[in-house]
Amino acid sequence: MSVLLQPAPPAGALSASRPVDGDVGHAPRANLGQLPADERFLTWGARFAALGIAWVAAERLLPVHGLAWFVFVAAVANLVILAVGTAVLGSNVAVADRVAQWVISTGMVIVLVALGSVLVFVIHRGWSALHHANFFTHDMSGVGAEDPLSKGGILHAILGSLIELSIASAIALPLGIGTAVYMNEIGGRFARVVRTVVEAMTALPDILAGLFIYTIWIIALGYPRSGLAAGLAITVMMLPIIARASDVVLRVVPGTMREAAFALGASRWATVWRIVLPTARPGLVTALILAIARGVGETAPVLITSGNAPFVHVNPTSGVMNSLPLFIFTSARSGIALQVQRAFGAAAVLLLLVLLLFITARLLARPRTGKASVLTRLRRGLRGRGLNLVKEAQ
Amino acid sequence: MNVTENPERQDTAQTDASPTAEPHSPVLDQGETVTITTDRPLVTTPEAVEPSRVVSGAHLDARNVSAWFGTNKVLEKVSLAMPPAAVTALIGPSGCGKSTFLRILNRMHESVPKALLAGEVRLNGEDIYAAESRITETRRRIGMVFQKPNPFPAMSIVDNVTAGLKLTGQKISRSERDGLIEDCLQRGGLWAEVKDRLDEPGGALSGGQQQRLCIARSLAVNPEVLLMDEPCSALDPTSTRRIEETIGMLRDQVTIVIVTHNMQQAARVSQQCAFFLAEQGTPGWIVESGPTEDIFERPQDPRTSDYVNGRFG
Amino acid sequence: MTAALLDPPSGGVPPPDAPRRLSRKPTGGDAIFVNTFRAIGASVLVITGGIGVFLAYQGWPTLHHYGFSFFTTRVWNPDTDTLGIAAVLVGTFEVALVAMVIAFPLAITTALYITEYAPPRLRSALVAAVDLMAAVPSIVYGLWGFFLIEPHESQLAVFLQRNFGWFPLFHVDANPNAAVTDLSRYTASAFIAGTVVAMMAMPMACAVMRQVFSLTPLGEKEGALALGSTKWGVIRTVVIPFGRGGIIGGTMLALGRALGETVAVLLIVSPEFIIKGRILEVGTDTVSALIASQFGEATGIQLSALLTAGFVLFVITLLVNTLAAIIVNRSRSGAETA
Repeated sequence: MSVLLQPAPPAGALSASRPVDGDVGHAPRANLGQLPADERFLTWGARFAALGIAWVAAERLLPVHGLAWFVFVAAVANLVILAVGTAVLGSNVAVADRVAQWVISTGMVIVLVALGSVLVFVIHRGWSALHHANFFTHDMSGVGAEDPLSKGGILHAILGSLIELSIASAIALPLGIGTAVYMNEIGGRFARVVRTVVEAMTALPDILAGLFIYTIWIIALGYPRSGLAAGLAITVMMLPIIARASDVVLRVVPGTMREAAFALGASRWATVWRIVLPTARPGLVTALILAIARGVGETAPVLITSGNAPFVHVNPTSGVMNSLPLFIFTSARSGIALQVQRAFGAAAVLLLLVLLLFITARLLARPRTGKASVLTRLRRGLRGRGLNLVKEAQ
Repeated sequence: MNVTENPERQDTAQTDASPTAEPHSPVLDQGETVTITTDRPLVTTPEAVEPSRVVSGAHLDARNVSAWFGTNKVLEKVSLAMPPAAVTALIGPSGCGKSTFLRILNRMHESVPKALLAGEVRLNGEDIYAAESRITETRRRIGMVFQKPNPFPAMSIVDNVTAGLKLTGQKISRSERDGLIEDCLQRGGLWAEVKDRLDEPGGALSGGQQQRLCIARSLAVNPEVLLMDEPCSALDPTSTRRIEETIGMLRDQVTIVIVTHNMQQAARVSQQCAFFLAEQGTPGWIVESGPTEDIFERPQDPRTSDYVNGRFG
Repeated sequence: MTAALLDPPSGGVPPPDAPRRLSRKPTGGDAIFVNTFRAIGASVLVITGGIGVFLAYQGWPTLHHYGFSFFTTRVWNPDTDTLGIAAVLVGTFEVALVAMVIAFPLAITTALYITEYAPPRLRSALVAAVDLMAAVPSIVYGLWGFFLIEPHESQLAVFLQRNFGWFPLFHVDANPNAAVTDLSRYTASAFIAGTVVAMMAMPMACAVMRQVFSLTPLGEKEGALALGSTKWGVIRTVVIPFGRGGIIGGTMLALGRALGETVAVLLIVSPEFIIKGRILEVGTDTVSALIASQFGEATGIQLSALLTAGFVLFVITLLVNTLAAIIVNRSRSGAETA
């Protein structure tokens, strides 16, 4: 291997023959990856021209008015000017490229506007209820639908949601992860059957999860509607989702890791507990939090299983219970203006709750900063070694 | 192996007595000659003077090219002239910036996020990085063949050859099309093997055939320069030989620049050679360049000598 | 090489060349581990599979009572005991198809933007935004659709009928040119419900497409670029052919989601048991919205009928999802990820 019998020349000798950086004007070029100047002018020109045309057309020429038309005319004008301009400057291929880019970017903008409008609209409409402190600390017992927003609140719905979700998580998380471990780490023909059924049940429409519990638990077994029933309905809905999501995450753990553990004499359980699950933890946590976020927003299963209480009720086994989605649904349908405002307030709370879970999941999914990934470190190490050889060879 | 026992080592050590003290004062001549990293006069298009040969292809000329990925500088003021009717080989150990340099020559470099660049690349005297230059047109004129054969797998052999025409919006009549396909596949050295199955998918060919299909595909848009990034590194020796033959045939038609790890290949196919090197933690640069014969037989720099004699890299 | 050279058997008779039996049976702690998790797997199988079996089993009394006309009867009238799912099934598909017509182009353009056009700094933020869209509860989309979108979209519906009313889908039994347009004829329609469902279906389709597009081999993209292709040329010749399986599969997965949506639809449509192709017109119903609105009064055989309706919906979504999975896995992109 060693090519290194020759003593390396002094470092100074090497660097002396190196090109010297530092002369003026040798900076990176700024236009890299940019369009040529004329095309950039066209891009911006088309935007301004389109706004102008849209203003004239929507305000003066067309019989229609309003922001929607302004945006529509501006968009069409922008596209036409871009296409014609590109046709003048370049070929048909360039025109197709420009038009495609316009269409694709516009699709993205529409989606972002839609998402933004959902967030802004719900929080904006909910604000009138949200800025009353009692909205979070009171329930609706003894409060009429027509009573002002300074009375009553959604504490009962928040608590109900949390209780139902806790029940569902307590059952679905261990069972779901356990099933995923079974399917991945133990396997066999029976595991394939389980996987097939679990994957099939992710297609179950959420309302059927509720209807199933309603028929079995409430009609057949005669239990009353309760928080427990709602929790079970959410469990039924979440279980296949969690099992499948965990399955996907566990499948990504490289088989070589398991083999390495086995080769060290680890038992299967130790391998799962000390190697597989820790390796998969970030992905697993993310998948689980997203499943919980999905569970907290489920309306259809709780709609038909929990009943609807206007007061705080913390015992899940007996008595009706409210929850955020259910409160939103019933209030929105009431048709009473104040109650609709409460619905928006509750929707904003639900949205923020989901947002919180979502952000937590994203943060946990991120690779830890400050510590380079295995791949990066490996690459860096290899490169370093290669360069050592080069240097020593000289 | 023991380096000190090699007699060539002593040779070069003696010539090294006058080290390349300031080889990097880039004096750019007005004319065609271009300063390179050694003080040796540059090769002037070898054999181009033979009257019987019709030579086409463009003059590609990199001047003071530096490159970065983010803040990491990978190339330091590389200047190299790549004349027509000659194959220029870029050699050097891994990670020395050869491939980056090659990708700079047809503006593939900037498709990498955070890639930066300084200097000029002139195609027949015009800077391809000028503000008014169109990237698609540049890439059409300067074709590229990659390390891993990359035919479009869903397309037939014929569609692969004509893909560039469609992508660049060139119309061609049906009769011309058939002629072009045969011509390109002939020049790519693939015609005899595939002429009876032109409608089979390009992905069904063997690795070597795929690579020649990629060469034919590049030729179809009539490039003036053809860049090859280790075109044979994924191929077996027989396929490699076929590609080298193809390169030899194409030499008069397009300017060829080839990156290779294989010293013998560089010696076999190229007329001009540039040796890249990147010492630890510093960007790559050209240690020495010139006629291939000189680089291999009479290297001026000890590092070149060590490398071409297989002592490192 | 013979066995004798290596290990001469004592009796001179070579041992029979049969493979040894290897015990794969776990022992000790591993046996507990294996059996515990097998029990967990089995219990989940019983729970989830039980639902399917239970729903299928409920079909028996339903079909026995109502006969095959359960599938052809349009009205759902518990008072006269005439129950059928013909109209709600058609309504379900109408809403889902409207949703997909809106969601598909948005999903594919968004996925392409994120993988091909977005600046690298923005990419992860955009991915998060689309994922967030999938996480927003459907009841929130329902509120958004009912209170924000419907008033505007009914205007759009009037416009569509006025100008494209000759197209059967856009016909409405109302006069769009009347002095005072009766907007209530244009609300609570499959069109509006479909728009809201599209918001839920789009992120699902987009996520699958984005994943597949991002797996496009760089070599093929660079091959096209090096020929002088534009970005659109790369997308058209490399990215989309490579991702075709993901495009179809993701769309079908989203269709499965759209078919099953309950609350947003329930909030928006006004129930009507008529098979009609006029998507802009007030009134339609879907299977899941039917269940949510009828379960309270249902007893005995009617409950079975509701469960059967749900089972039919489940079978449809299951078929759609399975088909989607097969298409994704069979495609080149899917094969490379597996």
